[in-house]
Amino acid sequence: MLVFEKSRAGRGMSMLPACDVEIKKPGEKDARQKELHLPQMSENDLSRHYTELAKKSHGVNDGFYPLGSCTMKYNPKINEDMAALPGFTQIHPLQPEHSVQGCLEVLKKSEEYLCEITGMDGMTFQPAAGAHGEFTGLMLIKAYHESRGDEKRTKIIVPDSAHGTNPASATMAGYKVVSIASAPDGGVDLEALKAACGEDTAGLMLTNPNTVGLFDKNILKITEIVHECGGLCYYDGANLNAVMGTVRPGDMGFDVIHLNLHKTFSTPHGGGGPGSGPVGCKSILLQFLPSYRVVEKEGALAMEKAEHSIGEMKEFYGNFLVVVKALTYLMTLGKEGIPEASQNAVLNANYMMNKLKDLYTMAYDEVCMHEFVMSLEDLKKKAGVSAMDIAKGLLDNGIHPPTMYFPLIVHEALMVEPTETESKEVLDHAIEVFRKLYNDALENPESLLQAPVTTPVTRMDEVEAARHPVLKYEFES
Amino acid sequence: MGSYVPNTLEERQEMLKEIGYSSIEDLFAHIPDEVKIKGGLNIPEGKSELEVRREMENIASKNQVFKTIFRGAGAYRHFIPSIVNSVISKENLLTAYTPYQAEISQGILQSIFEYQTMICDLTGMDVSNACVYDGAEAAAEGVAMCQERKRKKAFVSTAILPDALATIHTYCHGNGMEIVEIPEKDGVTDLDYLKENIDEQTACVYIQHPNYYGNLEDAQAIGEIAHGAGAKYIMGVNPISLGIIKTPAEYGADVAVGDGQPLGLPLGFGGPYLGFMAATEGMMRKLPGRIVGQTEDHNGKTGYVLTLQAREQHIRREKASSNICSNQALCALAVGVYMSAMGSEGIKEAALQSASKAHYLAAELDKIGFKVENKREFFHEFVTVSEKCPCEALKALEEHGILGGYPLGNHRVLWCCTEMNTKEEMDEVIRILKEV
Amino acid sequence: MEIREGLLYAKSHEWVKEEGDVVTIGLTDYAQSELGDLVFVNLPEEGDSVSVGEAFGDVESVKAVSDVYSPVSGVVCEINEELLDAPESINGAPYDAWFIKVKEVSEKEELLSPSEYEAFVASEQ
Repeated sequence: MLVFEKSRAGRGMSMLPACDVEIKKPGEKDARQKELHLPQMSENDLSRHYTELAKKSHGVNDGFYPLGSCTMKYNPKINEDMAALPGFTQIHPLQPEHSVQGCLEVLKKSEEYLCEITGMDGMTFQPAAGAHGEFTGLMLIKAYHESRGDEKRTKIIVPDSAHGTNPASATMAGYKVVSIASAPDGGVDLEALKAACGEDTAGLMLTNPNTVGLFDKNILKITEIVHECGGLCYYDGANLNAVMGTVRPGDMGFDVIHLNLHKTFSTPHGGGGPGSGPVGCKSILLQFLPSYRVVEKEGALAMEKAEHSIGEMKEFYGNFLVVVKALTYLMTLGKEGIPEASQNAVLNANYMMNKLKDLYTMAYDEVCMHEFVMSLEDLKKKAGVSAMDIAKGLLDNGIHPPTMYFPLIVHEALMVEPTETESKEVLDHAIEVFRKLYNDALENPESLLQAPVTTPVTRMDEVEAARHPVLKYEFES
Repeated sequence: MGSYVPNTLEERQEMLKEIGYSSIEDLFAHIPDEVKIKGGLNIPEGKSELEVRREMENIASKNQVFKTIFRGAGAYRHFIPSIVNSVISKENLLTAYTPYQAEISQGILQSIFEYQTMICDLTGMDVSNACVYDGAEAAAEGVAMCQERKRKKAFVSTAILPDALATIHTYCHGNGMEIVEIPEKDGVTDLDYLKENIDEQTACVYIQHPNYYGNLEDAQAIGEIAHGAGAKYIMGVNPISLGIIKTPAEYGADVAVGDGQPLGLPLGFGGPYLGFMAATEGMMRKLPGRIVGQTEDHNGKTGYVLTLQAREQHIRREKASSNICSNQALCALAVGVYMSAMGSEGIKEAALQSASKAHYLAAELDKIGFKVENKREFFHEFVTVSEKCPCEALKALEEHGILGGYPLGNHRVLWCCTEMNTKEEMDEVIRILKEV
Repeated sequence: MEIREGLLYAKSHEWVKEEGDVVTIGLTDYAQSELGDLVFVNLPEEGDSVSVGEAFGDVESVKAVSDVYSPVSGVVCEINEELLDAPESINGAPYDAWFIKVKEVSEKEELLSPSEYEAFVASEQ
């Protein structure tokens, strides 16, 4: 039942005291006429409503969540406590600088940690999510070319295996997207890249390891090719969990990067956000950074705007409380913890892959990084069971499915990313479930086509939802 | 040092052995040596939970928590009911991913559907999305969604949050729309300028209501001018004000955007906040970001699902109108809880008290030489101008633990009151300022 | 799978009906079955020009978007607004659910006869 259906006229919660000054109402011409129908409920009924909703939700705290490309690692509780400190939550963004030295220290320390981890020279925390970071990074590249009077650079090269946000961000930045086909081994096709590079190339967007979980060994050559034609290289940091502490994007030839704090750096996903997508860059781009960076001035911390800043990507300084959570995590892991996390992410992924490859077809039969891609195309032909059906079968076994149908270059794809925060026994159990489902597909395919059956609802009629959208509750009056 | 890796060194060795490797380094052997880090990262060593807590608490203590705040300018200190934090701390909701797997995400999907409903109810509009990053970005996306092939010009009032204006400029530098800034006159958007300059290439007109100075704009007239030229009308609004102020729908807006931070989100040094976007039925498919719809499962049971996904980046890729993927979902949940806890009466009360207290403070400040500049009706923010520089005054307030209004330069200060400010506090402000 | 007589076919799976100066375009039965349940259609406006081999609109299913290509160059003189409210008619009656009518046709690509199209579809599968 919706909260509106539980509402009863006259009920409510006592939140505010009576007004202690004379009431001032707006004039007639601007006074609200339309009725408000927000719920009228007692606190206990409202609280129970949300407990009910929580029971019909599934987070990393509920179980194994091998969503490829999302890095669903454990969300440490201390992060939450630190982000809830009144010394952070009650601070107004426009307080005088001397009264927010702690907040400035959070930003400065985070920048230092993350620049060292990524091999960048400076960073902005203003972008609110990865896609926002991509757009920011591309606007930095745009500003760079514009500052040099280079008007010809109108294209951004993106591999066809890229996450959808990459081409979408390029379009938002006013660029034309040149999609290059991946090589048979899943990496960038060097010949295709060379052919696509030219005077009109503004840059390349890439992630390494790539979206099929493989480290592209040609990375130095790739960034060299792009630099040679005058373009810049953008690193999509979504897959950093595979290599942090071992490799730095800055050392691979990337000029600008974004990070996903809500992936690699353990801040919780919250059902779809808030995340944080800080953008780091090499010195050639520092002068274009948006918002402010924290610098030391006369023994105190201060906010400084870049000389030729591209402006603002949103209000204020970014999802600050999310950055607090990430900083807490960085302090906890430190010098040895960072590489330990990524190494075990890679170990866990290879462990699962090796224990499934006799049954499931692996898209690429070689050592993977933090994630691997399986193709269910053969199973679909053999038994009529698709990647979707296996995914739904996992739901009945309490395991969140891997990412489905991405990347586009693999048919019937399931992308598995266990992360480092899972124990051997959790992985062993998951492997068992995957194996059982494969055999169910062969012996009793019908059971998977009906799945899931133990969840609060079964498969939804998405066609009807799109043809005749019902996007809100209709009140009677 | 913790890394949240459960497996012991022995267990890791066991796993490696089972899959035919002798050490973890073997798994990285194929990575070219030239790109590998030598000598480890130059960052501090990891710390125990006790040490981390000590260090972070120490950092937090270097911030001044004011006992009361009279500053708004885009971030507002409103009362947050305890139930809000109780709900957003529930781990199934906090640690969940985007609800692409509808069958196990009905809780989250339903909460978004409820949020969408409440935003529509508050703004009077027909449809709402599941939220975007914040009010400034919502304004920029709102302008972008009004683009048409022959209409690429946006008229944007300058009497809006400066960060919103800057963000609109940044986004339009990317998407190629032309921005025409409408100057302000007497603290509101210059209607005559708009009338004289709007044309057939205008895609939309954007104003903020109440505006940056707290003034109520000629919202009805501006909408008529926009529609008269065939352009869309976008209003950036304060959600609490909608408790007592006319809705964007009643003013004829096609798109309503704003920041949901006043609805149950802490000040948090600027974020995470929340951008809400609502529109008329006709503009439904132009809204960016996720949208939740109601439908049935195969057994006829009512349920909720992400819908109209073909607008989004994961399907349209370079043809998507926006790249947005992660949004501010947990904040939308907080906003939904806030609106349910406060209810219609609570929101009205918060709005009424905010406006009333602002008018009380304005009258008192005016008496002691901080002249109220606003010539129009204002909501809960107003500007004073004084003979002397207000810096000494603001400093004196600070020393008493009070964050005064926001200095705008030229001896002007932008003050804000909410239901959180008491008469005693406001009288104390007057007392302190009299002494200065 | 139906392949209607009296129509010509493009390799990108559109059907074409020529009546005097006006050309009507739609999607074939094979196309709609490959695309699955369609939920929305994006059409051009009357007066827009279309170019041979270029997309003039697209169709959306729940999980994908597919371009619809024009086999001719010309000017759109009519669009089928009913499709906007009932995209499912493309699935149900593909040869009746026309998308656009084009006049002032200047260029045409090589179109297939019904039997040629049948052979072409068989070779794709």
